Amino acid sequence: MTLNRRSHLALMAGIAAGALALSACSAGSLGSSSSSGSAGSVTITMLVDNGDATVKTANGIAEAYNATNSGVTLKIETRAQGTDGDNAVKTKLATGDMSDLFAYNSGSLMQALDPGKNLVPLTSEPYMGNVSASFKTAVTSGSEQYGVPLGQATGGGILYNKKVFAQLGLSVPKTWADFMANNAKIKAAGIDPVIQTYGDTWTSQLFVLADYYNVQASQSDWATQYTANKAKYVDQPAIKGFQRLEDVFKAGYLNKDFASAKNAQGLQALVKGTGAQYPMLTFTVSAYVSMSATAKDDIGFFAQPGDDASKNGLTAWTPGGIYIPTTTKGAKLDAAKKFLAWFATPAGCDAQTKAVTPTGPYMIKGCTLPSSLPVAVTDMQKYFDAGNVAPALEFVSAIKGPNLEKITVEVGSGITSAADGAKRYDEDVKKQAQQLGLPGW
Amino acid sequence: MSTTSTRPKAPTRASRATARHVDRSYPLWFYVPGGLVYLILFIVPTIMSFYFAFTRWTLFKATFIGFDNFVLFFNEPGLIGSLRNTLVYGVLTSVSKVVLGMLLAVVLSSPLIARGYLRSVTFFPVLVSSVGVGLTFQVLLDPFHGPVNAVWSAITGADGPRWLTDPKLALYSVVGIDVWKGVGLATLIYIAGIAAIPNEYFEAARVDGASSWQIFRNVILPLSFPATSTVIILSLIGGLRSFDLIWSTTQGGPGFASDVIASVIYKQYQAGFYGLSTAGNVVLFLVVTAIVYPLSRWLNSREAVL
Amino acid sequence: MNTMRRSSRWLAGLSGIIITTVLFLVPFAFVFTMAAKDENEASMLQFSWPTHFQLWDNVVAVFQARDYMLVIAFINSTILTVASVTLLVILGAMIGFVLDRRVSKLNPLINTLVLAGLIIPPAVVPTIWVMQSTGLFKTLPGLILVEVAFGLAFTVLTMRAFIATIPKEIDEAAIVDGAGPLRLFFQVIFPLLRSVIITIVVVQSIFVFNDFQNPLYFLPGDANATVQLTLFNYMSQQRTSYNLLFTNILVITVPMLIMYIFFQRQIVAGMTSGAVKG
Repeated sequence: MTLNRRSHLALMAGIAAGALALSACSAGSLGSSSSSGSAGSVTITMLVDNGDATVKTANGIAEAYNATNSGVTLKIETRAQGTDGDNAVKTKLATGDMSDLFAYNSGSLMQALDPGKNLVPLTSEPYMGNVSASFKTAVTSGSEQYGVPLGQATGGGILYNKKVFAQLGLSVPKTWADFMANNAKIKAAGIDPVIQTYGDTWTSQLFVLADYYNVQASQSDWATQYTANKAKYVDQPAIKGFQRLEDVFKAGYLNKDFASAKNAQGLQALVKGTGAQYPMLTFTVSAYVSMSATAKDDIGFFAQPGDDASKNGLTAWTPGGIYIPTTTKGAKLDAAKKFLAWFATPAGCDAQTKAVTPTGPYMIKGCTLPSSLPVAVTDMQKYFDAGNVAPALEFVSAIKGPNLEKITVEVGSGITSAADGAKRYDEDVKKQAQQLGLPGW
Repeated sequence: MSTTSTRPKAPTRASRATARHVDRSYPLWFYVPGGLVYLILFIVPTIMSFYFAFTRWTLFKATFIGFDNFVLFFNEPGLIGSLRNTLVYGVLTSVSKVVLGMLLAVVLSSPLIARGYLRSVTFFPVLVSSVGVGLTFQVLLDPFHGPVNAVWSAITGADGPRWLTDPKLALYSVVGIDVWKGVGLATLIYIAGIAAIPNEYFEAARVDGASSWQIFRNVILPLSFPATSTVIILSLIGGLRSFDLIWSTTQGGPGFASDVIASVIYKQYQAGFYGLSTAGNVVLFLVVTAIVYPLSRWLNSREAVL
Repeated sequence: MNTMRRSSRWLAGLSGIIITTVLFLVPFAFVFTMAAKDENEASMLQFSWPTHFQLWDNVVAVFQARDYMLVIAFINSTILTVASVTLLVILGAMIGFVLDRRVSKLNPLINTLVLAGLIIPPAVVPTIWVMQSTGLFKTLPGLILVEVAFGLAFTVLTMRAFIATIPKEIDEAAIVDGAGPLRLFFQVIFPLLRSVIITIVVVQSIFVFNDFQNPLYFLPGDANATVQLTLFNYMSQQRTSYNLLFTNILVITVPMLIMYIFFQRQIVAGMTSGAVKG
C-alpha cells in the first residue's frame, strides 16, 4: 500500500518534470504549411483578421507574391475580428511582438495605434504615388503616411431586393420621406420593409454611420466642429441618424426576429425576398452572392436618403491598410518594403480580384474591376463616378465612441429614445476624445 | 501508525524541543515557491492596478490624472444599472445554487435507483466551458428558430419569450443558464457535506421516530451548514465577478440591459481605456470585498457556534 | 410496508431520472445531434435527428480546420492543464501544510493573502505588464504560472482544511524516526492527501482546461491556441457553421468527461474532508 502510494508520487513528480520541460516550447504549428524558405531567402509574416474573405484575399496575395518573387516569402497569420482583434493588435504593438506586416483599419482606429511611435512611415516610398489621395488622408498622422490599401472601398447604405421593388412598382428613394412611403407599401404587401439584425450588434450602426453624407451635406465643417468638441450628436443635423432608427422601429417596419437575427440571416431574408431592404455595408456582397444563383442580379444598392433629394450621396468606407510596425528591422524591413512595392500595383489588385469578388473600387491607380460584377457593386460605383461620395466620419475624425453599436441597438429596439441615445453617445465620444488627449475636451 | 498514543506527556523541556522541531519540520521556505509565483503574478499586478487606475493609460503611455477615472466610471450612464445587475446576478445565482443544490443533494444522498447516473448527470454541465455553454444556449434559446421556443409554441400556440434579447428578461435568462451550469458543483459540495454528518445523528433521529422532513429540518439542515457557507461564498464570489457566461450569451445586451461591472470593465478594456478599465477593476474589487468579507466573517462565526 | 417503501423509492428515482434527463441531458443531446448534421440542416437550429448522420466527417473537418489548429490546441491545452495543476497541487500542499502545522507571525498575513486571492478579480493589463518585464508574456510557462497564481488561494484553502484532519501524531512519529522536512512532507503527508488531491485535480483541471480569458490575454497567437479559442474558428461576421461549431464543443468537452468518469467516486470523498469542513 505504502509502496504503491510512493510509486504514484514518483510518477506524478515525473509527469510534472516532463510537462515543464515540454512546456518550454509550445506546440507551434503542425500540418500543411508548405514553404520553410530556402537558404538565403527572407520569410516575412503578415497578420490579418480571420474573416472568411480577408483570409482568402490574404492567402491569394501570398500565393501570387510567392509565385512571382524570389528571395522573399510571405506568410499569413490571423487574429480575431472586431474589438477583440483591435485589442490583439494594440497589445502586440505595445509588447513589440507584432508580425512583420499587419493589416488594420485606416482612419480613427489606425490613429489610435499611436502611428508616430509604432509604425514605419511610408511617405517617401515611390509606390505611394500609386495610392489614391483619399486613402492617403485616411492613413496620415501628423505629416507622415503609414499604409497601403488592402481591399476596396466599401459603401454604407441600403441593399434592396430589386424583385420586390419591381413587383410593387417602387423606385429607389432619394429622400427619407420617399423611403418611408415605400416602406408602407412594402409592409402592406406582407413583406418586412427593413431588415435589422441585432444578433450581430455591429449591424445596428448603419443608419447612424451611413447618414454621415447627409450630415456633411447640410453642414460641411461638422467633422471639424465635432472633433473640436463643438458639434454634438444630440443636435441637428447629426441626431437625424438616431431618429431614422427610431422611425423604422416605431412604424413597425422591422422583421420580427430583429433582436436576435444575425447578419447572415438578414442577408438570407433579403435574398429570399421576405425582407425588402437591409441597411448594410457593401463588403457583404461576397457573402450573399453565394446564397443563391440569382442573388448577384437581384440585390441592388442605394445610399441612405436624407431630407433633400438634390443632395443625395454615398457614405463610403476607405479600405483598411497594410502597415509595417517599427519592430520590423533590417532584412525583414527591406523584404516588407519590397513586398509593398509589388503590392501597390495592379498586380496586387489582380491577386485580390482572383481570390475574392471585389465589392467596390480599388484605391490604387491603374487597377481595374472585372466585368459582370454584382449589381450592388455597380450601383455603388455610380456614386463614385458622379463624385457624390463622402468618407465616413471615422476617416475624417479620430473620435469614434466604442459603445455606438450598443446604443444603436437600444434606440433601434425601442429601449431608449433617439434623443437619449444620442446624448449617451456624446458621453461615449467624450471618453474616447479624452483618452486620445485631444484639445478642447 | 498510531505509535504516538504511547508518547509520554510532554514536560517543559520537551515542549521547547517541540518548538525547535516545529521550526525544523515545518520550514518557512515551503511558502517560498508558491508564494513567489503568487506575489509576482497576482499581488504585484493588483498593487500596480491602484497606480494605473489613476492614469490615462494607452498601453503606450500612462498619464497621471488623479481621480478622473473614478469620476468618469461613476458618471458612466450604465454604471448604476450594471451595479444593480451585478448584485441581482450574484444574489440570485448564489441563492438558487444553495436551494437547488441542497434539494438535489438530499435526494441524491438517499438510496435511489440510478443514483450514480443522476449524480453524474447533474455534474455534466460543470464539465463544459462557459463559452461552450453560452454558445449552446444562444442557439437553444433563439426566440424564433430555437428548440426551446419551438416547444413553447407547440404547447401554448403563441410565440415564446425572447429569452436573451428582451431587455427585461435577458439578465434572468443568463442567471438561469448560470444555475444550470453551476448547480452540479453546489450539489457535489452538499453531498460531501451530508456524507460528513456522522451516522449516529440519523440513527438517533430514526430511533426517535422522526419523519423525513424532521430529519431534514433538524439534522441535515443545521449539520450541513459548513457546506452551505462554502456554497454561498464560492457562488457569490463567482456571481459578482461573473463575466464569461454573460459575455458569451448577451455581451451585456441588448444595449446595456444585462451589463454587469465585469462586462463594463471588459468593454472599456476593449476600447483601449486601460486606465479607466483598471479603475473599474478597483471598484469591482471594493464591491466584492465589501460584500463577501463581512459575510464570510459572519458565516464563520455562525459555524463556530454550531 | 417494505414493498411500498421500495416502490415509492423506485417512483422517486424514476421521476428523478426523467426530470434530470430532460433538464441536464437534452442540451447535450442537442449538441450531439447538431454535431452530426450537415451545415444546411444545422443552420435551421432544430432539435431533430440528422437526416445525414455525418458526425465522423465533421470531427475530421474540425480537426483539419486551419492547418490542424485543433491538434495544436489540444497539445497546448494538455501541457497547460497538466503542468499548472501539478504545480498547484505540490505548491498548494506545501503552503497548506506549513500553514496548518506551524503557528507563526506570518499566519495572519498569509490567511489574508489567501482570502484576497479568492476575492480579488485579477487585474489583466498590469499582469501583462509584469509578464513582459519578466519575459513571461506570450510563453506557455508564463501562462502556466498565471494559472497557478490565480488558482493557488483556493488550493491552499482546501489543502489546509484537509491537512487539519490528519492527526499531528503521524508527523511526530515520522520525526521521531528521523525524517527531515522534505521526507516528512513528500513521503509521509503527501500520500495521505490522495483524496483531496483528486478533488483539486478535477476542479482545477476543469477550470484551466476550460479557461478562455487567460489564454486570450497572456498567450495570444494562432500557434499558441488553446482548445477554447478554437470555437471561434466557426463564427465569422457573416457565417456561422453551426455543425462544426457544435462538433468542436463536443470534441473539446470529451477530455473533461473522461476525467470525471474516471475520478467520479473519489471526488466526494476528497470534498467530505476538505472543502466542506471549514
